[in-house]
Amino acid sequence: MSAPTTVTAEVEEKRRGTVARLIRDPQAVVTGSILLLMVLAGLFANVIAQHGPNEASLSAALAPVGTPGYPLGGDQSGRDILARLLHSINTAVVSALIGASVAALVGTVSGLIGGYFLKLRGVTEWVFTLIMTFPGMLLLILLMPVTKGDYRFTMLIFGVLLSPGIYRIVRNMTIGVSNELYVDAAKVSGVTNPRILFRHVLSVVRGPIVISTAFLCGTSISTQSGLAFLGVGSKEIPSFGAMISEGFKNIHLAPAQYLWPSLALGLMNACIVLFGNSLRDILQGAQPKPQKIAVAHVAQGFEALDIDTGKASLLSVRDLGIAYRSPAGDLNEVVRGVSLNLKAGETLGLVGESGSGKTQTAFGVLGVLPNEALVTRGSVRIDGKEILGLPEADLINVRGSQIAYVPQEPMSNLDPVYTVGKQLIEGIMASTGVKRAAAKERALELLDRVGIPDPAKTFKSYPHEISGGMAQRVLIAGAVAAAPRILIADEPTTALDVTVQADILDLLRDLQREMGMAIVLVTHNFGVVADICDRIAVMKQGEIVEQGTTVDVFADPQHDYTKMLLNSILDEDTVRSDAPVLVEAAGGEVR
Amino acid sequence: MNAPLLKADGLKVSYPVRGLGKKPIEIVHGVDFEVGRGETLGIVGESGSGKTTIGRAILGLAMVTGGSVRFDGRDISHLGARDRRDLSKGIQVVFQDPYSSLNPSLTIGATLAEPLIVQGWDKAKATRRVLDLLDRVGLPKNAAARLPREFSGGQRQRIAIARALAPSPRLIVCDEPVSALDLSTQATVMDLLIDIQREQGVAYLFVSHDLAVVRHISHRTAVVYRGDIVEQGSTRQVTEQAEHPYTQRLLLAAPVADPLRQEKRRADRERLRAAQREADLQAAGF
Amino acid sequence: MFLFAMRRIGTGFILFLIVALITFWLLSFSFDSVIAQKLGTAASPETIAALKSEMGLDRSVVVQYLDWLQGVFHGDLGRSLYTQEPVIDAVPPRMVVTLSIVIPALLIATVIAVILGVFAASRGGGADKGAQGLMLFGYLVPNLLVAILLTVVLAVNLHWLPATGYVRFGDDPVGWLKSITIPVIALAIGGAAAIANQVRGAMIDELRKDYVRTLRTRGVSTRAVVYKHALRNAAGPALTVFMITFTNMFGGALIIEQVFALPGFGTYSFNSALQVDYPVLMGLTVFGVALTLGVNLLTDLANGWLNPKARIY
Repeated sequence: MSAPTTVTAEVEEKRRGTVARLIRDPQAVVTGSILLLMVLAGLFANVIAQHGPNEASLSAALAPVGTPGYPLGGDQSGRDILARLLHSINTAVVSALIGASVAALVGTVSGLIGGYFLKLRGVTEWVFTLIMTFPGMLLLILLMPVTKGDYRFTMLIFGVLLSPGIYRIVRNMTIGVSNELYVDAAKVSGVTNPRILFRHVLSVVRGPIVISTAFLCGTSISTQSGLAFLGVGSKEIPSFGAMISEGFKNIHLAPAQYLWPSLALGLMNACIVLFGNSLRDILQGAQPKPQKIAVAHVAQGFEALDIDTGKASLLSVRDLGIAYRSPAGDLNEVVRGVSLNLKAGETLGLVGESGSGKTQTAFGVLGVLPNEALVTRGSVRIDGKEILGLPEADLINVRGSQIAYVPQEPMSNLDPVYTVGKQLIEGIMASTGVKRAAAKERALELLDRVGIPDPAKTFKSYPHEISGGMAQRVLIAGAVAAAPRILIADEPTTALDVTVQADILDLLRDLQREMGMAIVLVTHNFGVVADICDRIAVMKQGEIVEQGTTVDVFADPQHDYTKMLLNSILDEDTVRSDAPVLVEAAGGEVR
Repeated sequence: MNAPLLKADGLKVSYPVRGLGKKPIEIVHGVDFEVGRGETLGIVGESGSGKTTIGRAILGLAMVTGGSVRFDGRDISHLGARDRRDLSKGIQVVFQDPYSSLNPSLTIGATLAEPLIVQGWDKAKATRRVLDLLDRVGLPKNAAARLPREFSGGQRQRIAIARALAPSPRLIVCDEPVSALDLSTQATVMDLLIDIQREQGVAYLFVSHDLAVVRHISHRTAVVYRGDIVEQGSTRQVTEQAEHPYTQRLLLAAPVADPLRQEKRRADRERLRAAQREADLQAAGF
Repeated sequence: MFLFAMRRIGTGFILFLIVALITFWLLSFSFDSVIAQKLGTAASPETIAALKSEMGLDRSVVVQYLDWLQGVFHGDLGRSLYTQEPVIDAVPPRMVVTLSIVIPALLIATVIAVILGVFAASRGGGADKGAQGLMLFGYLVPNLLVAILLTVVLAVNLHWLPATGYVRFGDDPVGWLKSITIPVIALAIGGAAAIANQVRGAMIDELRKDYVRTLRTRGVSTRAVVYKHALRNAAGPALTVFMITFTNMFGGALIIEQVFALPGFGTYSFNSALQVDYPVLMGLTVFGVALTLGVNLLTDLANGWLNPKARIY
């Protein structure tokens, strides 16, 4: 067994996976079968119907449904409605194939080029802006003298007019993929551009192209029908649009006549859209679900712990449990019975590696867990007052004024469309209830306090106009605006440079002293802990394995996990001292 | 020691700006450094300093607008596509982000074999090589048939190292290879890198913002600040007797994982800041 | 912002010239059939040549285009080859008819879409499922069928509304309203579904972003978070679909007019195209392109207003 064969086998299995999953999806099976039957009926039109689509017989004019040889009756000119209907399917299918494939081809090729080659992007952008400037349907009508009413030529032009949609998707995804490091790694390995486009880029954009093309089939059919309804195109070509138009004129004489083509068109369109939806679900996986703004659900049978925590601690977390449901439906606890105590004015470091549940614990205390989370057990009290399980409307009064939050990533935590000042004012007004003018004054004061050199200028700036370090100061200003008693800081310096980190830690320390805040500092960095924390709680896989004062834990860790973590810290005093080794076997085998 | 493996002279690097006739923005303003055979040169700096850009220029991923880069005596600053492909046998890369550096839809085997296939290896030989590489970085053989999402961050970084080793390069540019990893994983990945270096004599250009990491792996260190190298020398010299004010600030800003020593360092930092401010004021006064 | 708008207008002008040139060039292939229609098939080559040179059709396409363009800048789009009516007078009244169903339909669709999209994205669960069902239904049925169905039910069977015909607003506002009601509904349904889907998707993305959580931790009310912050951020992505929907509705209107015998762009352009009445066809192109560019500009400006980062260009 060799790796390349298993590689191809894997890819094949993935492809088979798509088809296999389509077959297991009832919606895809039903709509797909209907479409297949319609296409087959169209292909065998001459066998199924007894007359040609344009074969007129006076005796059959307006013949009712069920007339021998005319199962669906005859139209005004005495043509077989069934025959015309079946041939109309062919027209629709050809329209869909031409329109969608032209759009997919033009859009994909230009999207790959424009997305991958920065230099050519200007050109492709211009061409597609130009295409989008053509007044779509109107152009198709105006160009009748050129197309001579041939619907295939018309659909060809329509395909070009549709291509900007595909172009945009492919261009955006290609830009995204070419920024991925694996494309850089491939370039460094000497992989050629065509191979990168084909192997790395196309494999990612393939799914979305297939999906959009499926939907464009529907658009093409509707457009062709519309044009035929208007009268564009040869009278010899049977199509849904032309039949609906004729039926509509005879609506008082024979209402059923417009019913057949309308039903066929509606059915075909609906099946394409539904089939496209199934295809999208399968190729793109689960779509993001709506995120209702509300406090996370508490598990059934949940009761906040009824234990007296005494007056000693400001914040008391007891036996907190937070779980997520796996796709299979089982509950998977990520925080498993966490208990913490925080006294006024102290700083507690919540330390752990990624996935240890430290951030989830912080969100749980703030009541801002994602909607999918489930609080399974425990209690969170501020001054002995239970806040776990309170509705959002009540928590709004606690947040900002009692308990506040400083996030990790400064940029994504500011709303990009409002100025820094507007966002600060909004928070201040919400948490303190002061008037706008007072809030503005306070905001400027705060910006000055957190060490921003030109508060008035920053106040008027949009988030993208300030640096990461400045943005983090703004976020701290926002958090401490109402002088909260508890500040939860989730990796507040991780995204920052070391020199900025030191300044931010100093700022937090000063603010804490000034306002008497208690701080819960979530971090993975033991240097940060050593700098600012009074006590440490070490988390591992959702549990706190060790708690104690910072000095004690560093000097004499009790739990094996803590020992392991402390041992992994790179010792400051050792510098690499071994001399470079010269191995003259360059180009040889490993080992 | 004979001629250095890699030598940069007055290297300037710029990024192109979209649109015709727009001037590129210069990120690196002319830096000199060299990397010897089997040696690690650490490049330390903060975000936006240009440290990553230096690495990308050597890899041919960023535009060299001045100076030269010589690899084994040959100027590689403006290579065509074909020469670059040949050079990929000599220079390889390990990136920071273990998630974005592996194509999620390709198996590990396919990812590792790609550089070899491009070099014209036949399939059977490439397969054997892939299995050897996996073994070398401490992953099981059956990893070849699996997709990146089945691996943790540390394991993915091992895979990225294996990919870099595939064509037996003489230089690997490591761009923050351990920054995204957890503390415990960080140490083991660094040990792997050092072991490989001792075994195969490969040189590293090790780009990082983390002084502790650089100290651990680099023979020599260069400090980059706003597109210039402000200080370079042996790692011990740079980290213990820093001369440039920026290096001094950088060293004192990094917190040490020991509450008592950190308290002292904070005080030192405070003093240095006051002294530097004083010096700035005096300089402005004249 | 002003510079941004001026640049957009400049770009639009160049686009207009190119689109008009391409259309003119495409139409020039059928100029011969104009002669054939005027003279019949039995005309001698000399007569044909004479008429050609009289109409200026024997010159090169570029010269003819520049000639036509010169007229455009003087507000002269030429006259219809058949009715001799000046194009500049013939097109606008018909455009008014088309726009009087497109614009209300677009506005209604947008309002419905925002309500439905925000509702679905901020409630989730059953509300989201219901809203998605409605959107799917809007997608499924071609607007031509909706138009016919509504006519059959509301006009032919129930006689609540007129089945066909157009009443000018100036003549009878109520009659006008009645005459456009069914076409507007028919157009609005599909558009509302398309925009609502986009609004929903963009809102879902926004509500999952970090800044939403941070705003919540500052005690900002849920209503402000949803409408003031998330919706404004989501509006940018939704605008692209808004523009595409306008183009689709305009196209759909051309066909729906036929159902209701409205004297708009649709029938007029169809008849002119049958006769290869190229001055009229070019006139329609001018107005069609101007309209598209105008809507593009408005969307761009709206996007610039909504999103400060987009103002940079």
